[in-house]
Amino acid sequence: MTTSTSLVYLIALPLAGAALLLLGGRRTDKWGHLLATALSASSFGVGVYQLTQMLGRSTEERPVSQKLFDWINVGAFNVDAGLLLDQLSICFVLLITGVGTLIHIYSISYMSHDQDRRRFFAFLNLFIAAMLLLVLGDSYLSLYVGWEGVGLASYLLIGFWNQKPAYATASKKAFVMNRVGDMGLSFAIMIAFATMGTVSFAGVAEQAENTSEAALTGMGIMLLIAAAGKSAQFPLQAWLGDAMAGPTPVSALIHAATMVTAGVYLITRSNFVFDAAPTAQLLVVIVGAITLMFGALIGTAKDDIKKALAASTMSQIGYMILAAGLGPVGYAFAIMHLLTHGFFKAGMFLGAGSVMHGMDDEVNMRKYGALRKFMPITFATFGLGYLAILGVPPFAGFYSKDMIIETAFNAGGVKGIILGSVTLLGAAITAFYMTRVMILTFTGTKRWDENAHPHESPWLMWLPMAILAIGSVSSGFLLSRGDALVNWLHPLFDHHEEHEQHLLEPIVVSGLALTMVAIGIAIAFVKYSRQDVASVAPEDVSVFTKIARQDLMQDRFNETVFMRPGQVLTTTLVATDEVVIDGTVRTVGKIAMGSGSALRGLQNGFVRSYAALILLGAVALVAAIWVVVQ
Amino acid sequence: MDASNYLYISALLFTIGAVGVVVRRNAIVVFMCIELMLNAANLSFVTFSRINGDLNGQVMAFFTMVVAACEVVVGLAIIVTIYRSRRSASVDDASLLKR
Amino acid sequence: MLQLALEVGQTAKPEAVMFWILGPLAVIAALAMLLVKKAVHSAILMAFVMIILAVFYIAQDAAFLGIVQIVVYTGAVMMLFLFILMLVGVDSSDSLTETIRGLRSLAITAAIGFGGLMISLLGHATLGRSAVGLTAANADGNVQGIAALLFSTYVWPFEVVSALLITAALGAMVLAHHQRSTTRPTQRQLSINRFRGDSLGTAAGLSGPGVYARHNAVDVPALLPDGTPAADSVNATLSARGDMLDYKKFDLSEINTKVEEEK
Repeated sequence: MTTSTSLVYLIALPLAGAALLLLGGRRTDKWGHLLATALSASSFGVGVYQLTQMLGRSTEERPVSQKLFDWINVGAFNVDAGLLLDQLSICFVLLITGVGTLIHIYSISYMSHDQDRRRFFAFLNLFIAAMLLLVLGDSYLSLYVGWEGVGLASYLLIGFWNQKPAYATASKKAFVMNRVGDMGLSFAIMIAFATMGTVSFAGVAEQAENTSEAALTGMGIMLLIAAAGKSAQFPLQAWLGDAMAGPTPVSALIHAATMVTAGVYLITRSNFVFDAAPTAQLLVVIVGAITLMFGALIGTAKDDIKKALAASTMSQIGYMILAAGLGPVGYAFAIMHLLTHGFFKAGMFLGAGSVMHGMDDEVNMRKYGALRKFMPITFATFGLGYLAILGVPPFAGFYSKDMIIETAFNAGGVKGIILGSVTLLGAAITAFYMTRVMILTFTGTKRWDENAHPHESPWLMWLPMAILAIGSVSSGFLLSRGDALVNWLHPLFDHHEEHEQHLLEPIVVSGLALTMVAIGIAIAFVKYSRQDVASVAPEDVSVFTKIARQDLMQDRFNETVFMRPGQVLTTTLVATDEVVIDGTVRTVGKIAMGSGSALRGLQNGFVRSYAALILLGAVALVAAIWVVVQ
Repeated sequence: MDASNYLYISALLFTIGAVGVVVRRNAIVVFMCIELMLNAANLSFVTFSRINGDLNGQVMAFFTMVVAACEVVVGLAIIVTIYRSRRSASVDDASLLKR
Repeated sequence: MLQLALEVGQTAKPEAVMFWILGPLAVIAALAMLLVKKAVHSAILMAFVMIILAVFYIAQDAAFLGIVQIVVYTGAVMMLFLFILMLVGVDSSDSLTETIRGLRSLAITAAIGFGGLMISLLGHATLGRSAVGLTAANADGNVQGIAALLFSTYVWPFEVVSALLITAALGAMVLAHHQRSTTRPTQRQLSINRFRGDSLGTAAGLSGPGVYARHNAVDVPALLPDGTPAADSVNATLSARGDMLDYKKFDLSEINTKVEEEK
């Protein structure tokens, strides 16, 4: 393993930007956004430099580490604050800083009319720094710091326009639900320390063989909860839709490309835990499959373009989690889908932002229509992203999603068939709802308001979109050419070179997937292109649509199952505290006061009554002696 | 003649003295009742001395008398002081401890 | 009780006779001490009880204590009591009504319980046990025996008690000491006060009591020149006690009437 002293700059540059902009106050208003963008770009530069260095080394020498300082040194518990940049981290570093920088550039224009633009860029830089710490930390504890950091940045950015109570509530909801996941991560760290005595990735990987499967299963489940919280997976998925309250660049960066994929990173990073705990791994697959369908179904019913895309994100991350749950064969595909998704989903979100920019912040797709002519560049970039997410060859999604479907089928037995069918069905539904978004937004008739003047966005906005669109087109091909990414990541995962049983030939799977996608597109065309679309969502729809519009009852479920009983519990606890604990204390006090005021009657100041009491005492004494003697 | 008869007398006198302390209000009478109780105790000492056949009991009674004399001196001085300040020898009038 | 009475009847020792006469007397005197109103009567009854106790001491071969009881208690302590009684008001008498509710019944109940329990206990403790007697202990004489104990075994308590006595004497002196709050008035000051007082009539001094033919005594008022009796010629203490005769009856007009009637 190589050591380096430049890893820290990856994090330090954006962190310094955040600190400067937040502490500098109003006087950095004029140039703050430029500084933040420059720092993010320079962080990207450091990342590229590290990649070139890494490529120049042999496979064993590629991971780079840097020890920052002794962090915790208590008895047997020793944690160094250290950074680790290996083949997995570098993918994330480049994604985060690359997409991050593009979104910084986009935001310069997008947020130009917002008087709090400086604060926005400070938070963006803070997010970049925290996310980099998350992927660069060499122990679960360092990861945890970044994990909380991105949670904080996410909270701050969702609630960026916190003058609207609904947005403030949305940020709080995201924060609280993430807290549940964070509990899982902290429990996982505790389990790791309790059973293995270490929390560093290397240490846990080393100890995993000697640890009982029960402990590893527990740790795996806790890690899964953490991943579910951060990545909006079932059952902690409800916050992502509301998180769209944040500015669109935030949705693109945090809630599509990077932060929400942290769960995938966590599971992939903890591959040594999950490989040794089949039960936890199975749960990962199940969670992934459920979320995949869950997100897809929600996506079919959403009229809000950002929420439709958010549901799609949820679904796509479901794919990744599912792939990560398939074990060593799936990790690389999960990461590949993560990277390609980072490109096309960020691109589509920026496209949505561009549409909103031109449509006076209107988000309802039913008020769009026929925007293709007015926003050709946006249409083109969005369309390329659309083709990528559908998995149409040769766009990026085809390579990554197809591999996941294939791997799912190859999982073996009934499990393989079920997972394969779910992923195939998911692909069809994805095709349906994404086609719906395309049709409603860019084609058909105009449905917008009189005073809307749709126009193409300035170059600062479409340039990042264009770059991301190029990524959407080419990244899949580049990453899978000669199994580039698989081989790149290979040293990290304990890949047993067993000859896999192919349930279906790869070409058959691709054919099936494309057929399903075609069916999805066809249905969408029939439903939305052949007939006029109402500019107000129709109310006389099937009960399933209604349920899907309500995010499949997720909020109501949470409210009924967790919030209400929680409220009952807390009110009960308060009442118990009031009645039992305070009551006990008060009763003790009352007893003291009561006996005091009762006994005060004896203290009447008359010495004769005191003498009478002495006499009574003497009687009692003699009586006691009498009893003893008798 | 059974010497324990003196003990019965002693017990009776002690009890009467105790009642007197509680019942009477004149400080001097209360004081005399206390003296009566001390004397009753002395009688017991003397009687036990006789029953046991040694003089320790009588020495005890002697000490009791000395202590009683001291007590009388101080106690009567207190009564005089109280009387001088509030023109009353009733123990009920000196009840300032009540409040 | 019957057993005791039989014993008395059978043996009729001089001590038993003495006991059965003086014992009840002591109890009755003690009870009477509680029941009489006047404190001075209580004191006399107390002295009586003490003398009986002295006799009991002597009867029980405690001659020294018996004499000390008479000399110290009956002689000194009881005289001190009487002295203080004189100071406080010799004939001040309590009302025997109880002012603290329930106290008397409580005291009597407790006393009956206490006495009953004590007697019951004593019955258990000593009945059937014969006294050793002090003949052997008093072989060298009672005083010598006590002295031997007092100056050997009990010499330390004896010294402590002497210290206590001195402390008590000092304490009594401190308590009895009266601190003046104002300076003592001078002769001159007193004289000025007298003439600047309320009435010049008394400035020359009050008239003495009337000592005339009919009542040659200090409780008779003097007659003023107009024949009316002067109320303030009798000592204020006597009038406060109500020991003064009704002065109206010494009015000259009354006397004249009576004289005429006698004629």
